[in-house]
Amino acid sequence: MVSARAVAERVTDPELPMLTLADLGVLRDVSEQGGKVVVEITPTYSGCPALTEMRADLVDALARAGYRDVEVRTVLAPAWTTDWITERGRRKLAEAGIAPPDTAPRPGGPVPLTLGPPVRSVPCPRCGSADTEELSRFGATACRSLHRCRDCAEPFEHVKEI
Amino acid sequence: MSFDNAYEAITEENDARWAFGTGFTDPLAGVDRSVPSGVDVADLELYCLMLGDDALVFSHRLQEWCTRAPELEDEVAIANIALDLLGQARLLLARAGQRSEDAYAFFRPEHEFRNVRLAELPRGDFGELVARLLVFSTWRLALLHRLVESRDPVLSAIGLKGVKEITYHRDYAAQWTVRLGDGTAYSRQRMRAGLATVWPYVGELFVPNDVELRLAAAGVAVDPATVRAEFDDVIGQVLRAATVEVPDVPANPGVSGRFGRDGVHTEAMGYLLAELQSVARAHPEATW
Repeated sequence: MVSARAVAERVTDPELPMLTLADLGVLRDVSEQGGKVVVEITPTYSGCPALTEMRADLVDALARAGYRDVEVRTVLAPAWTTDWITERGRRKLAEAGIAPPDTAPRPGGPVPLTLGPPVRSVPCPRCGSADTEELSRFGATACRSLHRCRDCAEPFEHVKEI
Repeated sequence: MSFDNAYEAITEENDARWAFGTGFTDPLAGVDRSVPSGVDVADLELYCLMLGDDALVFSHRLQEWCTRAPELEDEVAIANIALDLLGQARLLLARAGQRSEDAYAFFRPEHEFRNVRLAELPRGDFGELVARLLVFSTWRLALLHRLVESRDPVLSAIGLKGVKEITYHRDYAAQWTVRLGDGTAYSRQRMRAGLATVWPYVGELFVPNDVELRLAAAGVAVDPATVRAEFDDVIGQVLRAATVEVPDVPANPGVSGRFGRDGVHTEAMGYLLAELQSVARAHPEATW
């Protein structure tokens, strides 16, 4: 029988199917306690609707592997950060044309206000050019922003740092 | 997976994707919800409803912008902001803990909603939206930033998550404030009018309610009066960059000193709740 951890680690994200929940860093822990599997996951954003689907997918995948008694627990603290996306996850994002996040800002002191355009341009995941612009800080899902490359003229998405 | 028709897809067995409307998974499933020592459960419930209702009601107003925003990028941005706030509302209503999320959202009468009146004001135009989002997110970011220090670990975690999200909301509103205020004569006029519409409801944001004061003294809540200086500082930076001034308009008085936090709302609230609650009230306990 495949271990519950191995099964849970293979479940993919519903919105970013090139990533597993482990790649994304939302899978906090998998433990077996007397025949019962306890999976801990953490939300990326408070309102992320994918969390419901992740729960269902985890329960389904574990049931198919023979684990019938599964509890999926939410872990709120510490809050998810894009720094938890694995190296493999970052590579797979880039391969899918989504620019991976840079290092997330560290909390501490009052949050600074940003009035100008972003200082750092996100490198284009298609041609590698640094000459890109942000179109919108909000994209198709809560975790992504919209950008355009001025060199290859392609639009692309970026997993924004939080 | 393929289906012969859309109906077959949405009736697929055990598919939680379609449980929209009612019957949500508890957003705090598996989270330890014990109440910190010395904290009154009824006070904690009311406090969570205050912060939760602010998010729920303003999220509803933002959702009204779907299909009405000036550009696609803003349509997406406003919907994302509404979604973040809805997520915060769900966590806070779950933390309130004495009824289900649905019961709180869909079956409370107007006087039991504890949101500030700023959240419920009618949709208005884009200038008003930008002004309200700037005020709301500047205030809420300052509040949640301090809530991270709460003795209640659940509120602290909700605060930290919220800070990350609202940082983006505030920047979005601030950048639009600058673009409109320091733009054309017409955009400037609309930005100033938007600020003048929301400004009468700013004072109320910093008036602490008895529940907030008791819980702040217990190290659980934030006394909103303590975030006024930060609010003024941030708003000052934005309005200076936007070359517009703080509106000189009188504060909207509450009713005998009572405001949204006390369950006293503006005329707009009844209409908002009628829309928000009508389906759930017409079909109680329905799932689809």
